[in-house]
Amino acid sequence: MSFVTVDNVFQSYGRRPIIERVNLSVDEGEFISIVGASGCGKSTFLRLLLAQERPTRGQVTIAGAPPATEPGLDRGVVFQRYSVFPHLTVRENIVAGESFRRPWGRFFGQDRKKAQSRADTTLARCGLDHVADQYPATLSGGMQQRLAIGQALAARPRILLLDEPFGALDPGTRLSMHDFLTELRAEIGMTIFMVTHDLEEAFKLGERVLVFDKPRWDPHDPNAYGATITYDFDARDGGIPFQKLKEDTHVLQAN
Amino acid sequence: MQRATIMRLINIKPSRPLAVFLTLVPFVLVFVAYAIGSEIRLAENPQDKLLPAPEKVWDTAMRLISEGDRRTGRILFWHDTWASLKRLGIGISISAFVGLLFGLLIGLLPVARRLLAQFVAVLSMIPPLALLPILFIVFGLGELSKVVLIVIGTLPFLIRDLSQRVLEVPEELLVKAQTLGASSWVIAIRVALPQVMPRLIQSVRLSLGPAWLFLIAAEAIASDLGLGYRIFLVRRYLAMDVILTYVIWITILAFLIDWALRWISRHFFPWAEEGL
Repeated sequence: MSFVTVDNVFQSYGRRPIIERVNLSVDEGEFISIVGASGCGKSTFLRLLLAQERPTRGQVTIAGAPPATEPGLDRGVVFQRYSVFPHLTVRENIVAGESFRRPWGRFFGQDRKKAQSRADTTLARCGLDHVADQYPATLSGGMQQRLAIGQALAARPRILLLDEPFGALDPGTRLSMHDFLTELRAEIGMTIFMVTHDLEEAFKLGERVLVFDKPRWDPHDPNAYGATITYDFDARDGGIPFQKLKEDTHVLQAN
Repeated sequence: MQRATIMRLINIKPSRPLAVFLTLVPFVLVFVAYAIGSEIRLAENPQDKLLPAPEKVWDTAMRLISEGDRRTGRILFWHDTWASLKRLGIGISISAFVGLLFGLLIGLLPVARRLLAQFVAVLSMIPPLALLPILFIVFGLGELSKVVLIVIGTLPFLIRDLSQRVLEVPEELLVKAQTLGASSWVIAIRVALPQVMPRLIQSVRLSLGPAWLFLIAAEAIASDLGLGYRIFLVRRYLAMDVILTYVIWITILAFLIDWALRWISRHFFPWAEEGL
């Protein structure tokens, strides 16, 4: 049974269809990249996964639970901007990942100390331990996004949603963020959905690349039809997943 | 030959000494203009009361802040100041607290927004001074009616301003907080409240002007103590030296309060620095 199931989902704003007939099943631990032209419903699809919006038809289920009606602990998210709380220090931002579910949104006494030392561990892993007491505004864009990812993971979600997380970063920082995300993923093996504009990034990081596009197009009314998943690539091993398989089975090995 | 280039006016920035000089110029000019006007009038008629000489205002000021009332021995200047500041402080505090509460409610909860936003918008159109007679009738001539006037005068603005600021908290942050398991209550106290606190101080600074206006208006009409009361009392004797002393004192007080609020904002909300 698949972990994330998207069952015949339609979403329209007013009379304008955005996405239609989307079906998808994802196993636990998969890394899904989502690409597509602007206005093709990538972000809408992510908002549906996040339960920030509810589909007009169909349903999204995670781990067999009933479809969510609002964002919750099971879905973590990192946006392109505004992903961390500007009024909290870097350490408090990580602690917030665990403490916001409490009645007062914070820990007291011994719990607080423990949460802070756990946060310091997380920060060390994100390479942010030297700025723990600073406010996010003093951090570079890459550091802020690392903080956002660390914060999302501190809440231990079932799936992680990334909405163009590296879109606002310069190319060098973007590459180091790729390494960071790859390492982190090797450690925790979480189910990740990432929306991106960058095809190279999509194939480099993702195990599956979903392409959103409009299969039907009315030149007199471009908004008449919605987008759907038009390609579902297997992106493992640089997009040629069966190469190794064939080499393993059909090519004579030395020994 | 190299021509001396003339910079655009928008690019000419004053150096530090020049900046200080320029800041002082209007103050000095106003003082000099007053001194000259006073000089001219006093030369014609030494008994003239309209523009007392600066020395006379100074002497009066010194007498007011140090000498007690002949009947009671109290130094009325400080009693007036204390009475007025108390009214102002209580009024503004109530406004700020209630404004924050309703600002959060309207900004965060769509149901509260539907219920209250238009109502507050209509309420804010009522001229508060027109309500003053009603307040005196309902709450009597005591402290209560003056405080209530300040609250009525500043509260609608604060509610509208703060709810707008809460609405401006990026949607992403609210969604993010939800994915961290925050309830509406936690979002209110841990996300929205800290984000609007610097704005609250900013809005209070803006409402202090109207607050002084309503305070002095209320004191002028019915009171037995207070800065506004004193000004309107001595007006009967054309005591311009006393009036000027009080006006300058009110200006200094207003400036100091504004400066203190700005300091609080900088000191306690360093993360909001660039927004202020």
